[in-house]
Amino acid sequence: MRFYAGIFGALLVLTALTTGVAEIDLGALNSPVAMLIAAAKATLVALFFMHLRWSGYRMRFAAAAGLLWLSLMFAFVLGDMATRNIPAQPAGWNEAAASAARSPLK
Amino acid sequence: MSSNVYPAAHFRSFDQQHEASELGMWGFLCTEILFFGGVLCGYTMYRLLYPQAWVHGSELNSLWLGAAMTVVLLASSLTMALAVRAAQLGQSKAIVVFLAATIALGVVFLALKGFEYYGHWVHHLVPGFNFSGYQAPDHPQVALFVVFYFFLTLLHAVHMIIGVGVLSVIAILAHRNRFSAIDHGPVEIAGLYWHFVDIVWLFLFPLLYLVGAHQ
Repeated sequence: MRFYAGIFGALLVLTALTTGVAEIDLGALNSPVAMLIAAAKATLVALFFMHLRWSGYRMRFAAAAGLLWLSLMFAFVLGDMATRNIPAQPAGWNEAAASAARSPLK
Repeated sequence: MSSNVYPAAHFRSFDQQHEASELGMWGFLCTEILFFGGVLCGYTMYRLLYPQAWVHGSELNSLWLGAAMTVVLLASSLTMALAVRAAQLGQSKAIVVFLAATIALGVVFLALKGFEYYGHWVHHLVPGFNFSGYQAPDHPQVALFVVFYFFLTLLHAVHMIIGVGVLSVIAILAHRNRFSAIDHGPVEIAGLYWHFVDIVWLFLFPLLYLVGAHQ
């Protein structure tokens, strides 16, 4: 019981940390730091509250498979976004027209 | 009702039955990861297209309300873990007490969520109904962020409501002494589900509340 309370304490500390750090502007590191702390909290919950730390290899395999498929989905979508062929700009093309063309919302 | 003396006919032992049901739950959780993952993937895509609108959108949410909901949900995960521990020790009364605490904390979370939705409603920040509360030039993109906010949190809230229902049934069964130290699989797999829903929120919190808090 004390052990679970200790894990809960660690999760509270990480929550306070991520909320506090959000008040500080770390520039490009804002999102990576927030997601790293979220991943650390998720790992604590999965290992100890969900007992993965003591589970057999089948359970760990199933959990890892979920993450693998998730990372495949992100890899293909982000890979597509990063490598889309952006055509050379014709004459008269300006940034406003470019953003209007990119935005499906206008 | 009392606990079973023998495992189901097709299992050699309670241990084997237990591991099979746990593995089945993990299989289901894999599909859940991809279920939420699809929306999160869309969120990421549009965040890369409109980074500034995502900053403005997340500032419409209260950082402290989000942090409070995170703490409530983490506390419910603690009581859930303690309920599973009580089940492993065969303490039926303790299972009921800890499950009742978990359900109560889950309801507190849903109440805070409802309070937050009410705030969005009165400030006219509900895309599709009335989004006149945000008038800056980037309002179409910010509206898109708020749509993601509502989809992700509603999807999560539906999972919470289902979880509260499942835990209520488990608590009634525990009250009727259905579980014992060797036969308590349903408590464990309900716990896995509850913790998973908690983990989803641990990611939603920075994605929906902390994007622009530092600005």
